[in-house]
Amino acid sequence: MDVGLGHYLAVAGVLFTIGVFGIFVNRKNVIILLMSVELILLSVNINLVAFSAHLGDLAGQVFALFVLTVAAAEAAVGLAILVVYFRNRGDISVEGVNLMKG
Amino acid sequence: MLANLAFWAFSGVAILSALMVVIARNPVRSVLFLILAFFSAAGLFVLLGAEFLAMLLIVVYVGAVAVLFLFVVMMLDVDFTELKQGFLSYLPLGGLVALILAVELGMIGMTWQASDQAMALRDAAIPEGMTNVEALGLVIYDQYVYFFQAAGLVLLVAMIGAIVLTLRHKPGVRRQSVSAQVGRDRKDAISMHDIKPGQGIGE
Repeated sequence: MDVGLGHYLAVAGVLFTIGVFGIFVNRKNVIILLMSVELILLSVNINLVAFSAHLGDLAGQVFALFVLTVAAAEAAVGLAILVVYFRNRGDISVEGVNLMKG
Repeated sequence: MLANLAFWAFSGVAILSALMVVIARNPVRSVLFLILAFFSAAGLFVLLGAEFLAMLLIVVYVGAVAVLFLFVVMMLDVDFTELKQGFLSYLPLGGLVALILAVELGMIGMTWQASDQAMALRDAAIPEGMTNVEALGLVIYDQYVYFFQAAGLVLLVAMIGAIVLTLRHKPGVRRQSVSAQVGRDRKDAISMHDIKPGQGIGE
């Protein structure tokens, strides 16, 4: 069986699902939460590049490039917030984040 | 045939390592599995003919983002055993949501069909007889130049934001003040005293 567009879309779908699963399961650890977001963005990139190769359209690859940029910026700012949060509270659990309101 | 084999190998490794990122007990292992997942995804990109993005994925993600994660994981002094405590209690809900999502994605994938005009609606068709990097460069610096600049602005804002968030001024640290050093003049730098012999400077 030849590998086609559907196979790549299936891989991207599985990666996306694993990312969402990781967000739900890791409530105590913001670092793994951020890594799950990175996995989700990676699956989106695989989707974009698969369609780009399928249609012969470079726009998909350009868009994947921009998604990569935004993902890198998101990781940098997210980790900076994490470091500040750890300095204030001494742990990295998501459950205490709502204490910051007010 | 070999390309098919490579696809199955890369996608299998990517999915398994992504799963390990989520369920690993030690965050350091999670980061290492994340690097493996990105490597496999880069392999998939090469198979799809997007060589530049594959190299970018390795340079940006493995070289910068994953190392940043590794820095933060090792820098924060967290109790690793405490981190996984809620895992089992959140497992049913997370599994249910993931299952529903997978089923929905599968349903979309089964019923979706490409439009007849899809080929005519292409924005930047891949030119013949050109490497991937060359074609991408021609498109990025021409057709998408404003988006490219906006991406640069996003990175600039992220850089400034990360620095502003983590920078802290410790009180009591003596720093160099160039303007004070340059602004010194003779009047407040030295003073003349006429000291009589045997008395010293009494103050």
